[in-house]
Formats: sequence, structure tokens, C-alpha cells
Amino acid sequence: MKKSVFLGALTVAGLAAGAAAAGTLDDVKARGTLNCGVTTGLVGFAAPDANGVWQGFDVGVCRAVAAAVLGDANAVEFVPTTGKTRFTALASGEIDMLARNTTWTFSRDVDLKFEFIGTNYYDGQGFMVPKALGVSSAKELDGATVCIQTGTTTELNLADFFRKNNISYEPVPIETSAEGQQQYLAGACDTYTTDASGLASLRAAFEKPGDHVILPEIISKEPLGPLVRHGDNEWGDTVRWTLNALIAAEEMGITSANVTEMSAKAGDSPEVNRLLGTEGNLGEMLGLDADWATKAIMAGGNYGEIFEKNIGENTPIGLARGLNAQWTDGGLLYSPPFR
Amino acid sequence: MSEAHAHSVAFVRESALPPAPPPVTEAGVIGWMRQNLFATWANALLTIAAIYFIYLLLTATLPWILGGIWAADSLAECRDILEGRSAACFAVLAERWNQLLFGFKYPDEYYWRPGIAFILLFVAAAPVLFFDLPRKLLIFTAIYPFLAYWLIWGGTIWSPAFAALGFVAGYVIFDVYGKHNFAAGFFGGIVAALVVWWLSGYLMSAEGSTLFSGPGLIANALGAAAALVAYLLLRKNTEPIIAVGSALLLFVVWWAVIAPALMFRIALLLGIAIADGGASAITLSDIGVLEPVQSRDMGGFMLNMILGVVCVSLSLPLGIALAMGRQSSMPLIRWISVVFIEFIRGVPLITLLFVANVVLAYFLPPGTTFDLILRVIIMITMFASAYIAEVIRGGLAALPKGQYEAANSLGLDYAQAMRLIILPQALKISIPGIVNVSVGLFKDTTLVSIITMFDLVGMIRGPILASTDWNGVYWELFSFAAVLFFITCYGISQYSQWLERRLATDHR
Repeated sequence: MKKSVFLGALTVAGLAAGAAAAGTLDDVKARGTLNCGVTTGLVGFAAPDANGVWQGFDVGVCRAVAAAVLGDANAVEFVPTTGKTRFTALASGEIDMLARNTTWTFSRDVDLKFEFIGTNYYDGQGFMVPKALGVSSAKELDGATVCIQTGTTTELNLADFFRKNNISYEPVPIETSAEGQQQYLAGACDTYTTDASGLASLRAAFEKPGDHVILPEIISKEPLGPLVRHGDNEWGDTVRWTLNALIAAEEMGITSANVTEMSAKAGDSPEVNRLLGTEGNLGEMLGLDADWATKAIMAGGNYGEIFEKNIGENTPIGLARGLNAQWTDGGLLYSPPFR
Repeated sequence: MSEAHAHSVAFVRESALPPAPPPVTEAGVIGWMRQNLFATWANALLTIAAIYFIYLLLTATLPWILGGIWAADSLAECRDILEGRSAACFAVLAERWNQLLFGFKYPDEYYWRPGIAFILLFVAAAPVLFFDLPRKLLIFTAIYPFLAYWLIWGGTIWSPAFAALGFVAGYVIFDVYGKHNFAAGFFGGIVAALVVWWLSGYLMSAEGSTLFSGPGLIANALGAAAALVAYLLLRKNTEPIIAVGSALLLFVVWWAVIAPALMFRIALLLGIAIADGGASAITLSDIGVLEPVQSRDMGGFMLNMILGVVCVSLSLPLGIALAMGRQSSMPLIRWISVVFIEFIRGVPLITLLFVANVVLAYFLPPGTTFDLILRVIIMITMFASAYIAEVIRGGLAALPKGQYEAANSLGLDYAQAMRLIILPQALKISIPGIVNVSVGLFKDTTLVSIITMFDLVGMIRGPILASTDWNGVYWELFSFAAVLFFITCYGISQYSQWLERRLATDHR
């Protein structure tokens, strides 16, 4: 009996392995849900609300991909991952894609055998100081005590920045973001440094956020993007062009409000028509329906809408678009053409 | 007396004076305070210092707690209401209590299911914990694990029911043979359980379950009745194994040969068409179905309770077995036990949890779903049983050698000696240690938050603190967690003290 169960398990496993080899896109379609790796909780980027529904900026990407592939923005199984478990979960096939504010670096892309399919948020390390300190630039921080999370790239970036500018600092090592908040508010350090988006969300939780400023200097590049496994280019293309569709939609002025109307029939702009599937066969090339991008945009709106809803200036987090503006507005968002 | 002294003493009191009340300063509240709080100058100073300290503590915390805000939608709103005053924002508990208790994915219309399971837990645990209660209640205790599984996870009732049936079959065989030969009963029981599980696996499958369509049920019930009659007839004058074997054989023959023919007869009789393969009939898996809930949807304090209760109850028998294995005279068993205990004790629990979560994912083929809670339960149980084994080994070592020798001289075999003489005494000695491990284990279940399981602490650290509304509420949430854990752990500790008093048969 034991043996038959074991053999059965092996057969199932073999079938599953065969299916996995057939391509993630087919797997996802067959399964009917997208397994998307997210954080266990990061303000504005991913967290379940009071009803247990995941909300956030990274979550928006997952939902758009699910909508494009399966036609249902809710057909997502969110798999929470920590910084330690995220790459294992992706490599082992537990998740189809990872959208977990993960910095695109050389070694992760090349050595860990992942494929970053683009950047959905350009982050960078910044400094927060109390307004009372009267500092307006990070270069004035000579001799400051700095709260810094140990064992992170931010620690190395900090050392580089101060050495380059030939000024000195005294590090106050901390373990977690919550500890950093306590130390900083208690005045144990003059300034707190981590990713600018993290600083903004931390400041949003302060009792008097207005008493603290985030200095304009960004001292490192942290392009955060979704990633998939190496070696499945069809699936990589699907996720990449879904993200690009969201970015291009904002550039072309397609929003969740007018996408239904614009996709009803071919309009004047050929590129909009190609994107929304009223002209050409881009969807067919991806192995998806012709209206895949329409469904992706309907899921949560274009890139700008997702940004404004979750982390934009009208939310408590209050992040400005900055580098994440369209290239036409002086930002870095630049989708390749849909042609 | 008075007569004797009448001539030499002027006055002799003939009746006793009524006792005078003690001085005011020595009786009542004042007396108690003088004796206990202000006995000496040093004591008085300490008392005053302590009272001042308590006063400081209460003035700092009480307004914060009592002035807490219970109705608000976000931390920002709380702060607006408070207008700069310092008070708790309990609104987060009011809004997210269900997530703290059940996790964020357990369907809220089914909260009653773990609720009932929780209440029944006390009913099931009572006869184990309080042995003055009627022993018949233990039957419910035996049913409870399967009932609780069905309530919390949902799905068909037949899987846990057949699982229980397997244990019952194993126990019956053990009961019949274990009295004469422990090993025969033990391994026979295991085989019987496996056979039942294999049979039930077939019954649960699509083809098997059509047997339970109306006519099939009747036909098979007749077969079972015939088998039972055969068993009862044979039991009196043959060996039990022959009786059981022939009854089983009869049932199998009936089921394979007679039942199918009978099914058609009954079907014709009842006018039911079974030409469609019984698809229209009620199949086994349609009965007693609760909406299933996935393991990964479990969370909150419920997850802590599940892990704590299951792992403590599993690790106790395992720990006893390991402790006895470590003292065994059979080298192989002893070495296995020693290596297991020393290895598990030498590795941090968090490492085992990472193995359960991350490393196993590499070894298992992609797509296999080996339930994460099950993996974690196995790891925590292994961890706890190694510790409990050492605690019980301490208890065994504390027994005088004479107890072992006395058992031997009475002609008891190993199993009897252990069950009747050694373990009752060793376990009594080990109670404080076992409770210590249990309390520690229960609190250790919060470590699963590191491997992305949303237990109580995981819910707080992850989803709730990361929501835009409640980012920055630390004290209220962690105090809530502390209160829940304190109640549970203090309860365990009080029970163990009661148990120690109840079992105190020596005269110290």
C-alpha cells in the first residue's frame, strides 16, 4: 500500500514536472490562478486590508498580469515571502513571478538565474532628519550620528557616500525598521537612512510627520522590479509587456475610466489600437487574447493610477513621482513601442 | 485546688477571665499590615518604595489604557480624536480582531468552526487533565482530533472518520493480542490500521464511492451484518485471529461476488436506475461536507493554538518513547535515540523551521504540495520531543534502582514494569519540567512568523503593521498578543501546580 501511494506520488510529481517544463504561461492558464510572490507586508507596496484582500503597488502588478493572462484580476494566489525565502520560492516553482520590491542587481540577475522583467519603482537610499536640525542637504551631515540597518547594502552605500564627500559620521547600528523608528524618534541619532520609499512610509506613521524632512540627495540606485525564472522567455515576455502596457497606457492617456470606450472600436491612434487589440495581433504573438492589455489596464488602471492609489501624494505615504514619472515628464519610465 | 490554698492565700480566682481582644495594633487589617508590611524600619521603607513604584506604573499606564480609543478607522484618525493626548488606539483591535485570531484569509462566515473546535478542546482535554472525571469521557477525547480537523479544515467528514477507523482497528487488534505479547499486538495493530486506511482510500475514490449509492449501501450493509454474525459465532470456539479472518474473508467475498448481483436486485426492487453508473445516486463524498479551507489560509492565534496543542500532545508520547529508548539495553535503539535527541537539541528551532519551509521545497518535486502546517508540526514535534525526552530521562534517573528491581522480582515484563511501576513515578517527578517545555514550546510557535506563516505575531508584524491605516501601532497590538499568551501560559502553569498538589503522595 505504501508502495502504491509512493508510486502514485511519483507519477503525479512526474506529471507536474512535465507540466512545468511545458511553460509557466500554460501552467498558469491550466491552473486558473497566478501564484504571485509578494512581501509579508510593506506599507503601500503590499498588505492585506481589513477584509483580507491584498492591496498595494506591487500587488497591482500581480493583478494586472493575472488579468492579462486569465482575464480575472482576482485570480491571484498571493504567496507572502520574506527577504530570505523569496528567491527560493521563485526558484522552486512555488510562485510564477515575484513582485516584492526586489532590487535589480547584477548578481541576482546573472548568478541567481532570475530574469528581471523591468523596473516598476526606481528607489534610492535617502536621509531623513528632524526639521529642527536645520539641515537642507546630506552633504551638511558632517559628524552626524546615523541610524543604519546592519548587514544591508544601505550600510555600504552610506560609507561610500561619506567617504566620497570627505565628511565623517558615527553609525548607530539597528536591526529592524521598527527599532530604527524608535531610536530616531528618541533622538539617538541625527538622521535615519534607508530607501527613500521606506523613509516616506516610516514618516507617514509618525505622530507629527511635518517635523521631519527627507533630504533631496539619493545616494544609491535601487531599481525595484518584478522577476521570473531564467529560461522561460515566453512567460518573461508576458510579464514584461504587461508592465510595459501599464506604463504605455499612462503615456497614451488610457485610464481605467476610458479604457472600455477606447477599446470598443479602433480609434485614430494606431499605437493605442495595437495596444488595446483593436488592430494588429500583438496578443496572439504573446499567446494571449487580443484584449489582454485592455484587461490588464481595467484591473487597476494604468501605471500612474496604481501609483497614485497606493503610494502617491494623496496617500499617507505621499511619495512624489520623481524618477518614476514618464520620460515625457522628466522621469525614467520609458516603455518600448508597441509595434 | 482552692481548698488546699484557702488558708495561705487571701484570694483565689475560681473562674477564668474572659479573653480580652488583642490590642488594636495586633489584630485585623492594622495587625496584618504591621506584621507583613511594616515589621521593621527596613521593611517599612521597602513597602513605601514599592507602593510608590506601583503608583508610578499605574499613573503612567492606566490613563493610557482607560482613555484608549476604540472607534476609529486609522491611526491618523485616532490621533485626531486624541488631539495630542497620550492614549492607546485600541481601534486597531476593534477592526482587526478577527485577523488577529483567525488570520486574514480564513473565511469569516466560518469563524464558528474553529470557535466550536476551541470550546470542544476543553471538553476533550478535561478527562485527560482531571482524572477524577468519569473515564467514559475519554471516548470523546479520542474522537476530538478528527472532529477538530474536520471543523477547522473542512472538506468531507469521511477522511477523518476513516482515519479514526484505522486507529480503532489498530487499537482493537492491540487490545486482543497486546495482552499476551506486546510486540505482536503493536505490529498487528499497525498492520490493521494500514489495511483500513488502504480500504478507505479505495472507498473514497470515485469507483469505490458508488458502492455507497442507495442499493450498494444496503447490499454491503447486509454483507457487513453477515460478517459480524460469522465473527460472533466463531469467536466462542476458535482463536480470535481465525474469527476475524473468516469474517473479513466473508465480507470481501460478499462485496466482490454477491453484492454487485444483489445491488441490481435491490435497484430493480426500488425502481432506481443504476445504468448511469450510480452518478445520480448520493455518493459517499457528498455526505458531511464542510467548505474546505486551505492550510495556508490558517493564521492568527488559531494557528498558535493548533501548533501548540498538536505539538505538545504529540511530543509527550514521542518524548516518553525516546527517553525509554535512550535507557534501553538494545544498542541500536539506544544509539538511534541518543543521536536523534542530541542532534535535535543541538540545532536551533528556527533552523528546523527553515528546513521545513525552504530546503524541503528544493528536494520535493515541483508541484508537490506537502502541507506546510504538517511540515511545521513535524519539525516542532521533533524539537519538543527531544527536550521532553531529556526531562523524562531525568525523572527515570531519579527513581531508586530498587523500583526497577522490585518490578523485575514481581515477574513483570518490560512493558508491564514501565506501565505499572516506573512511568507513573517518573512522570510525576517530571511534571514541572514537562510543563516548562510545554510553555516554552507554545511560545516558540510564534517563530513560524519568520517562515511567512501568519500566526498572531506574524499577523502583527506583517499585514497589520504594513497597512497604510495602522502603520505605527506597536504597543496596543503587542500588548494584545502578550495578554493572549499570558492567559494561556498562566493557565498551563496553574494546572501543573494543581496536578503536583493532587499527586503529592509522599510526606514531605
